[in-house]
Amino acid sequence: MKPIAAPVTVYVPRDSAAISLGADEVATAIAAEAARRGIAIHLVRNSSRGLFWLEPLVEVATDAGRIGYGPMQAEDVASLFAAGLGQAHPLHLGVIDALPYLKTQERLTFARAGITDPVSLDDYLAHDGYRGLRNALTMAPAEIVAAVTDAGLRGRGGAAFPAGIKWKTVSGAEGAQKYIVCNADEGDSGTYADRMVCEGDPFLLIEGMTIAGLAVGATRGYIYLRCEYPYGERALNEAIASAYARDWLGANIQGSGKRFDLEVRMGAGAYICGEETSLLESLEGKRGMVRFKPPLPAIKGLFGCPTVINNVITLASVPVILDKGAEFYKHFGVGRSRGTLPVQLAGNVKFGGLVEKAFGVTLRDLLYTYGGGTLSGRPIRTVQVGGPLGAYIPESQFDLPLDYEAYAKLNNMVGHGGITVFDDTVDMAEQARFSMEFCATESCGKCTPCRIGSTRGMEVIDRLVTGDQPVKQEALLRDLCDTMLAGSLCALGGMAPFPVLSALNHFPEDFKKSSFPQAATRAGTAA
Amino acid sequence: MSTSTFERKAPIKLAELSSLSAEQRATIDAVLARLKDLPGALLPVLHGIQDALGHVPKDAVPLVAKAMNLSRAEVHGVVSFYHWYRTEKPGEHVIHLCRAEACQAVGGRALESHVKARLGIDFHDTTADGRYTLEPAYCLGNCAVGPSLLIDMQLKGRVTPERFDRLTGVLA
Repeated sequence: MKPIAAPVTVYVPRDSAAISLGADEVATAIAAEAARRGIAIHLVRNSSRGLFWLEPLVEVATDAGRIGYGPMQAEDVASLFAAGLGQAHPLHLGVIDALPYLKTQERLTFARAGITDPVSLDDYLAHDGYRGLRNALTMAPAEIVAAVTDAGLRGRGGAAFPAGIKWKTVSGAEGAQKYIVCNADEGDSGTYADRMVCEGDPFLLIEGMTIAGLAVGATRGYIYLRCEYPYGERALNEAIASAYARDWLGANIQGSGKRFDLEVRMGAGAYICGEETSLLESLEGKRGMVRFKPPLPAIKGLFGCPTVINNVITLASVPVILDKGAEFYKHFGVGRSRGTLPVQLAGNVKFGGLVEKAFGVTLRDLLYTYGGGTLSGRPIRTVQVGGPLGAYIPESQFDLPLDYEAYAKLNNMVGHGGITVFDDTVDMAEQARFSMEFCATESCGKCTPCRIGSTRGMEVIDRLVTGDQPVKQEALLRDLCDTMLAGSLCALGGMAPFPVLSALNHFPEDFKKSSFPQAATRAGTAA
Repeated sequence: MSTSTFERKAPIKLAELSSLSAEQRATIDAVLARLKDLPGALLPVLHGIQDALGHVPKDAVPLVAKAMNLSRAEVHGVVSFYHWYRTEKPGEHVIHLCRAEACQAVGGRALESHVKARLGIDFHDTTADGRYTLEPAYCLGNCAVGPSLLIDMQLKGRVTPERFDRLTGVLA
């Protein structure tokens, strides 16, 4: 390939996962090497494509498209320049868009992932940004709500409640002040789609929330972001400041006379605050104690006012619906699960990353076609779908289509779309015990089944695996799980039994006496 | 009830009972002045104090309560509810180590044992030399490239025991 005309545009992601693997050092090395060689480059800190096994993924703009190199380390930079930017190199991946992992996805929400500079408003506008809001500004509020309803968009945080119905309730509720609250307390292990939006396409979330504000008559919004996401906080605040500076937020959005104010609020390390009513308590400056429902937050939410509370991905899916129409969005998906789901492949997986596909894709396809099996090279034993409250799914269910109803039928959960892969060294009794331990650590303490049940659950599992009257202990554990499932106030206590019961049902051999040492032996043979 | 029985000649000044230094006191006052009137201001105020001082000293509680017209119990309740807030001064470097499932699947438990043994402390503790504080985290959103940790809020992925030693070696 012939050399590229200067200045060459070089992309190094600023996504925190890329940074966690050395992207900042790579960016510094590229700038230094270019200076040393007297080569003019334009260095852009873009978002991540979500192909995390290739991070830090450096891209070079060429006439043929963006050429990727990865995974790059700072020490590879000199040889990249020696070979020539855009030329052959041991880490050369070819045109990134042509990689099958990306090419076969249906990226609607993540259309800009890896392409733009996340905090550049001009970049956002140049890549179809704010087209949805421009349309929404010409529509009546009821028409916006109807578009979201007709698109079949359901809450992506886990509960899968139809977003349009929630919005309609808020728009019809009485209240001088209404709020849009974004739940960015993405606490589920195995999920990172919210983080990618906050860090990688913050204007998308701002646009989605602004549209929600127009639809229901809310003039204030809060993004409740977990404090474990400091990179997201910085990107969101930068983007919000730019949006205010150019009238995409504030008292007079693009001269329409419509107002929307937006602020980021940081959580403080409480998983329970991902539960919507607990989040609202936290935003009000209180302990994150779960509220009784009713009243629904749509009627009596933040500070007692009608409130739309939606997950990041739900709100980030709104702009494309308003841009391309409900029909376009609804066309993706199966049954009552419409649109796309950004699936996050996590844990012991060879090609871990973000796979946005229409609903209906199977786990097998995700785990093997995309994920490439385990990172360790050992067989996949189980996957946990939907975070720490999701069931452990055995291989016999890998052909189930990803669909809210199909999953619910088997007591599984699509949740927020996180898939955590485990190889055959996993000890399922240990995993079950951790589910109870996690619930005990994170319980808000308001209801007894969750507060006490989780601690008793740990104790019963401990006795079970040491062979102390195992038949009796198993019956006790199942009875306890039943109490938690039926008697808890919210999903934490009400769903923590799912991973426990699924482990017990699908992998009973791990709960037999001395299974822990057996697991140690299995792990030992892996080394 | 007669107030005179309990009347004091001079009201107790919070500053006299407090272990806070004058600088800490000034920092807390500045945070309060800046943030206390936000709607639902308590979490932002506590973050502001912890970001500036490294912790929320227990003697900050009455100051916050008074400034925000809350009871001390309400403020203490919030400080103690949230895992993020700490009431003791942390070490020079704070490590948040992920304990969640995606990290467990790629050696998180072995890393946890290694880190505890290497630092000689358990979670929520600070090393005797005051260099490191170790905290658990339940997911850092880096689930495709775990095990993960935050050191001084910098995210690190694919942390093997060897990489942990190198990372802390650089700080030493």
